[in-house]
Amino acid sequence: MIEVDHLTKRYGPHTAVEDVTFRCEPGTVTGFLGPNGAGKSTTMRMICGMTPPSSGAATVAGRPYRALPNPGREIGVLLDASAQHAGRTGRETLTLAARTMGVDRGQVAAKLDLVGLNDTAARRRVGAYSLGMRQRLGLALALLGDPRVLILDEPANGLDPEGIYWMRGLLRDYADRGGTVLLSSHLLREVEAVADRLVVIGGGRVVAQGGKDELLAGAGTLVRARDQHALRLTLDRAALPATVGTDGGFVVRAEPEAVGQAAADAGLVLTELRPAGSGGLEQLFLTLTAGASTREAVR
Amino acid sequence: MTTATTPVPTAAATRHEPAAGPSLARLTGVELRKLADTRAGRWLLISIGLIAVAIVVVQLFVVDGPEQTFTAFFAPSLLPVGLLLPVLGILSITGEWSQRTALTTFALVPRRQRVIVAKLAAVVLAALASVLVSLAVAAAGTLAAKATGGAGAWTFDWELLPYAAVFQVANVLMGAGFGLLLLNTPLAIVTYLLLPTVWSVLSAMIKALREPAGWLDTSVTMAPLLSPDVTAGQWGRLGVSLAVWMVVPLVAGLIRTMRREVS
Repeated sequence: MIEVDHLTKRYGPHTAVEDVTFRCEPGTVTGFLGPNGAGKSTTMRMICGMTPPSSGAATVAGRPYRALPNPGREIGVLLDASAQHAGRTGRETLTLAARTMGVDRGQVAAKLDLVGLNDTAARRRVGAYSLGMRQRLGLALALLGDPRVLILDEPANGLDPEGIYWMRGLLRDYADRGGTVLLSSHLLREVEAVADRLVVIGGGRVVAQGGKDELLAGAGTLVRARDQHALRLTLDRAALPATVGTDGGFVVRAEPEAVGQAAADAGLVLTELRPAGSGGLEQLFLTLTAGASTREAVR
Repeated sequence: MTTATTPVPTAAATRHEPAAGPSLARLTGVELRKLADTRAGRWLLISIGLIAVAIVVVQLFVVDGPEQTFTAFFAPSLLPVGLLLPVLGILSITGEWSQRTALTTFALVPRRQRVIVAKLAAVVLAALASVLVSLAVAAAGTLAAKATGGAGAWTFDWELLPYAAVFQVANVLMGAGFGLLLLNTPLAIVTYLLLPTVWSVLSAMIKALREPAGWLDTSVTMAPLLSPDVTAGQWGRLGVSLAVWMVVPLVAGLIRTMRREVS
């Protein structure tokens, strides 16, 4: 269980995170989405006690992170896979953590095996690791204490498609067994496949959050016609707010039925008409990245 | 690559008591291990040993035979070792920041002061071990002197042993204090190594600084520790200089580290 309560972080006049509130329940994977620089990492660092918040608070397993006597056994944290001593071997990195947490040494080999780092890789210095291998090592480190909560910042970065697929399976399985997962990403598609809930952040503020299905359902209708120009005019005439989607169609903030009716009334031939699904969220995402008013994007 | 998938849907519902935190002894053990588990760290430790050996070897050649006693081998080996120990102290602290491992370390032990105390304990133990190394190489030197026609006498002023321990512990803690305060490896090392030089240059140029230098320049105040007799006045001067260059950086550095944002 992770509870984030009105977290705010200011750096001088710049507000990196503003009034962020959400919670992650056991048994769920929460995708923390936002473009680069939206405040994802700062929020996660505040949850883990690395960055003192300007105001607000966060608790993990019912306590502030810094009040946990042995947090590694409660929460697995991967904030930056590259933040490892380049001169230590992968195995040594885990051994140090295992000793700190008081975890049985056999777990080191078990977790290395779990994340797919073989013996040769474990004996190599982390400096020689690819980013994908560092992510795997970071995941092994996070899982080492058999925690019930995972906080992962951009864990898919640098993983190959096979690795991303594998990680999704691992996280899904982890959550299905009662674990709580919070993972961040700047790629919607990456998170969509595994998350139950989404928290979308832009410019330091939460711009959308809720169940994935609910968010995707509320994302509008995707419509495409043989005559795109006529469709645009028809939609405008029917006062249906439409934006050009990422792949040429229109994303309309209305039910498919209303859109279909408008098209039928105008005698247009539609080639596609369906709930926008991730297309709508993607649209929201693009708006965020473009730096447009985030409030506007949601409403 | 598959996990054991016994479905345990109630795992989250069963609250268990939070696992006990690591003891200071365990953290110190981890920090000791960190001193030696990288190539750079290992070589620093090896160089400290080698330099002690080198000094003894040099003395076998340059010191007159009758003066080649245990004490004569022991005391001079303390000085170069004492020059490298602060680097060990600095690196043990700043390495966490330059290699960004602080992110992992403080995620596992969020009470940062415990990590710092463990680090200080680890480098103090390393400093004490270095005194043992000095003793060992001095013994080897004495045997070698006997074999090569020197005096090889086992005379030893036992006061030197605690003094040597104080000398090396103060050295390593001063380094750690500089590291803790500056949190940057090159800056801390350069500042630490330049300081005595700056003192001697300044006090040579400015008359008014000569008296304070006797109380503040650690290269002056610590020198008596290498001889068997330390007067009360000398202890006083040593105490003042260590308060300024060891205690103040340690305390200020601890406060800085506690508050610093880790990223």
